[in-house]
Amino acid sequence: MHSFGYRLNVLLTQAVTLLALMCVIASLSDTLNVPSPSADVRVLHINWLHKQRNGNDEVSLTMNISADLRSTFTWNTKQVFVFLAAEYETEKNHLNQISLWDAIIPSKEQAKFSYHTINKYRFTDQGNNLRGQEYNLTLHWHVMPKTGKMFSDKVITTGYRLPETYV
Amino acid sequence: MDWQGQKLAEQLMQILLVAFAVGAFATGYVMGSFQMMMLIYAAGVVLTTVVTVPNWPFFNRHPLNWLDPSEAEKHPKPQVQQQTPSSSKKKSSGKK
Repeated sequence: MHSFGYRLNVLLTQAVTLLALMCVIASLSDTLNVPSPSADVRVLHINWLHKQRNGNDEVSLTMNISADLRSTFTWNTKQVFVFLAAEYETEKNHLNQISLWDAIIPSKEQAKFSYHTINKYRFTDQGNNLRGQEYNLTLHWHVMPKTGKMFSDKVITTGYRLPETYV
Repeated sequence: MDWQGQKLAEQLMQILLVAFAVGAFATGYVMGSFQMMMLIYAAGVVLTTVVTVPNWPFFNRHPLNWLDPSEAEKHPKPQVQQQTPSSSKKKSSGKK
């Protein structure tokens, strides 16, 4: 504490150490939040199901994706990344997981949403197994904090089936 | 900065920083605003810097008064006992 430079050094070191501690406690405070999210995904229409030139099946869906993720937001939440994945099983692959749609929710006010949309990314199979295929639509989300630990969760909606013939 | 001033500066620094950290966290948590926590803490760090880093006059209220050279001669530093008794006797007798 005898010189200007020494005092400045001590002050900055202590300030940054305390800041790190505050960030750790802020991250820990997120675990006190028990979210109760809800999600509902509906397939309104199957626009088409066809075989591509290279032999892979592709389907186009019109969906309504609605969810209320407001309870996942805390004071330490930067944004929530949400994506919808189609999941199904084929002989070749135990789990096929295809991302159909995604969004970034930047604030709590926008966390209750209802989107009427076609699939943003292509729903294409590795092969031609989509006819009559049963599949799940799973809404995944990742809660991205300002500091600390990231949380993720999902809601699985089961019991969808594609048509038996190409349409 | 004198010795008392250095102690005061260190204590002030620690107390101010911890107080602002606790206050900023509590305010931010209650208001639900991470940004508010950061702003309060940043203000606290700046204030602490201004108070404790420069050499303010109130850190120099207890100057260390050195003894005059003549005073030092009246109270000589105690002599360290030498290894060989003969040499220490010589020294003590020489001073007398």
